Amino acid sequence: MKTLTYTSFLGIFCLLLEAMLITLNVSHWRKYISVFVFAGLASILFFCAKDWNVTEVFFNNMIKVDNFSTAFSILLIALTALLILLTNYFYDENSSKLTDFISIKIFALSGALAMLSFANITMFFIGLEILSISLYILAASNRNDPKSNEAGMKYFLMGAFASGVLLFGIALIYGVTGTFDTTLWASFVFADQSHTLFYLGLTFVFIAMLFKVSAFPFQFWTADVYDGAPTLTTAFMATVAKIAAVAAFYKLAVTVFPSYSGAMGTVFVVIIALTMLVGNFMALTQDSFKRMMAFSGISNAGFMLITILCAGNNANDLLYYATAYGFGAVGVFTIAILVEKGHKTDTFDTYNGLGKTNPLLAVMLTLFMFSLAGIPPFAGFFAKYFVLTAAIKNDYLLLSLFAIVNSIIAVYYYLKVVVAMWAKEPGSVKVLNHPVYIAVALCCLLIILLIGLSPSLVIRL
Amino acid sequence: MYVLILLLFPLAAALAVLISGNKLSKTIALIASFFHLAFTKYLYWFVIPNAESGLSYTAPWIPAMKASLSFQADGLSYIMVLLTNFLIPVIILATYNRTIKNSAVFYSLILAMQFALNGVFLAADGLLFYVFWELALLPVFFISWLWSDEPNKGIRNKAIFKFFIYTIAGSLFMLAGMIMLYAKTNSFAINDWYNSSLTIGEQSVIFWLIFIAFAIKIPVFPFHTWQPETYRVAPTAGTMLLSGIMLKMGIYGIIRWLMPVVPGAFFQFTPIVIVLATIGIVYGSVIAIMQNNLKRLLAYSSFAHVGLIVAGIFSFSMAGLQGAIVQSFAHGVNVVALFFAADIIFNRLQTNEIDRMGGIRLLAPKFATGFMIAVLASVALPTTNAFIGEFLLLFGVYSYNTILSVFAGLTIILGAVYMLRMYQRVMLGEERSNTASFADLTKSELLVFLLLGITIFICGLYPNFMLELINPVIENLMQISLR
Repeated sequence: MKTLTYTSFLGIFCLLLEAMLITLNVSHWRKYISVFVFAGLASILFFCAKDWNVTEVFFNNMIKVDNFSTAFSILLIALTALLILLTNYFYDENSSKLTDFISIKIFALSGALAMLSFANITMFFIGLEILSISLYILAASNRNDPKSNEAGMKYFLMGAFASGVLLFGIALIYGVTGTFDTTLWASFVFADQSHTLFYLGLTFVFIAMLFKVSAFPFQFWTADVYDGAPTLTTAFMATVAKIAAVAAFYKLAVTVFPSYSGAMGTVFVVIIALTMLVGNFMALTQDSFKRMMAFSGISNAGFMLITILCAGNNANDLLYYATAYGFGAVGVFTIAILVEKGHKTDTFDTYNGLGKTNPLLAVMLTLFMFSLAGIPPFAGFFAKYFVLTAAIKNDYLLLSLFAIVNSIIAVYYYLKVVVAMWAKEPGSVKVLNHPVYIAVALCCLLIILLIGLSPSLVIRL
Repeated sequence: MYVLILLLFPLAAALAVLISGNKLSKTIALIASFFHLAFTKYLYWFVIPNAESGLSYTAPWIPAMKASLSFQADGLSYIMVLLTNFLIPVIILATYNRTIKNSAVFYSLILAMQFALNGVFLAADGLLFYVFWELALLPVFFISWLWSDEPNKGIRNKAIFKFFIYTIAGSLFMLAGMIMLYAKTNSFAINDWYNSSLTIGEQSVIFWLIFIAFAIKIPVFPFHTWQPETYRVAPTAGTMLLSGIMLKMGIYGIIRWLMPVVPGAFFQFTPIVIVLATIGIVYGSVIAIMQNNLKRLLAYSSFAHVGLIVAGIFSFSMAGLQGAIVQSFAHGVNVVALFFAADIIFNRLQTNEIDRMGGIRLLAPKFATGFMIAVLASVALPTTNAFIGEFLLLFGVYSYNTILSVFAGLTIILGAVYMLRMYQRVMLGEERSNTASFADLTKSELLVFLLLGITIFICGLYPNFMLELINPVIENLMQISLR
């Protein structure tokens, strides 16, 4: 609860600071705002971590803080803090809007935190909307670029539609149960009072969540939105927003409809299998790095959905996967932004010869790619391992074999970048070795290496 | 404690080499690897005979999953570790006179490879075995790819890419198999796997999932298609690592991690695998006869030889298993010697094409002798190491099936055909314009041949030191398999 309040305050405070800077006519100090916000997030992280092993309920069971929400909050705050550090250089040509972009990200984060600690479905919906609306704005934030406008528009239309479906589902369930409290829903499910409208409502909620995590067959918006949005926003959407959506979905699945996701078993298996397959096959054919990452994010979401399929006592698997994927992807995007800044475009060709011109960046990106491809000793390996173990233990052998085949396909396109960096000749464009970016990437690398060597650091739920 | 030194010293050396800079790197790498060889030998002379059940070390790793950092060096592991730690300094010495760009990275990758290989052979925990197994892939992938001699980047990328995807694919299937084992036994400890009681159906699934990984690494027919091109394209150090040590991971894996773990399926699928291995022997030999590229010829010959090793393991006889291990050691030494010879020729003539060679023997008598020893060892002449290995292997296959052993025995005849013919075309005959200035061995090259040659004859004349070490292990593993 404290975490949520402080985060919202941080966003507002950030805007107040901007107003103060303008009034005092010292707007060139604006670049220190990201440092200030980083420090703020770090201290929130500290308070959040102090809540470990505390289970509390607030506002008549609107919000429930437990280890699950605390663990994922820590993860999301850490990822956001790292991304905030990238802001200054990313917007160096457009620095007058710096504070807006930072504060919107903080608001998005507070939405994500609300989504994780909900006990009442209205809280969940509010969180989801705060997150989504912030993301619509961020996606369209590059006003002069038609692609960014297209991304924002597409995301908004599709997202609004999905929110409508979600709301409709919630309304149906409310109509049957007469409450928004998810714990009461759960008892309704367990009492097995089968009521058509109740399950229809659950199906709508389910569909909306599949949209939010961009699972098959609701994945079409992802690539265009990721591609058009400013890369820093893409990074935010691919990591913080995606992890928040999957984690909230997990919480909903475990607390509210465990028996339901079991009943949906076969359908869900097919959805997961196709999510992985479509994501991977589309990623194979891309020329643009961002689109490739978008599709690889879809297939990673497929892996994370497996934990929901096997929902029960395996929140650890999801937490570990999300940590490994989150820090891996932030690291990748950090380097991708530098390359894109240098080349003004994001095709695979821009990575040609990076090993010769910027060996440090190339080495780090190579290691991130190995982690995403699931090669030990990086965290990506244990992430895949935990998920596969969950699947096999729950007798989804075919699905796990299918997941393995997909991992093999994924190795191919991750390696394509590695090959471009090391085996092709560089062009004449210079890529800047920005110290802050390198620090962020190194930090991500250390984390995925550390938790890859000792997974016990993360699996504590 | 000794096991930890055995494992971690190469890693420390790799880091030291990495920060020492390009000038010092190869000297430090060489000294460190020879020191490590001496340490490995020291273990043999002074420690192993006194130890009750080999050397071991255990520490908690992921308690929630009952995975631990446990290492054990019994006779079988020790032989493989000895092979690794013997070949690594030889490989470093073999590159000593070459100019290698970014040599600090290159040598530290070789030492990192040594670390991973030692880990594979020492691990006594399934998950740990898998982690090291995958870890061993990365250094050799980079060595083969970035230091390749192949000028055409398209061909190079394609070959190494294929190798990487093949191996990763196999490994991931193995991961699924190991997770299934974990799901059934709730443990990763090798002894728990040895005591598992799985139905034959479960065993069959696990068998194939894990066997594919080993079959790709070794390679067993029909999973070999990555191998010849990779061996050709990779720089000699990479080829030596791949053929000398890395494929032994697969052989070791079958003996320790497959046969005793899922014995039911092992016996059930023995006929299929033995027939595949025998096809590989004949097929590899026939293609080797037709090769004109020296490195590809050696690659196919290696493919044929390891087919016999696999057939020997699956014959499930004392002789077959002994032969598999002895021959693994011998094959590692011989194939490194052969590829070293090929590297010397390539270095002097800038070609691998056999019909552009000839008349080298008179110009370079020392080289001719060294190469001859390697060739004779490879065709299993008595008194050389491979003779013991192939004899035991053929005996093992014979005890399983007479007709198959006849086909498997072709490896000796066909091997003699293509090896001696190759030697004749490369070394004898008329000088050519491009071979006329062929220089004889330098001191470091001579030292490599001396080290390898001495080992060939020691193992050929006194194979007992290996048999003494491995016999109790093999008996134990066979007993476990027959539970």
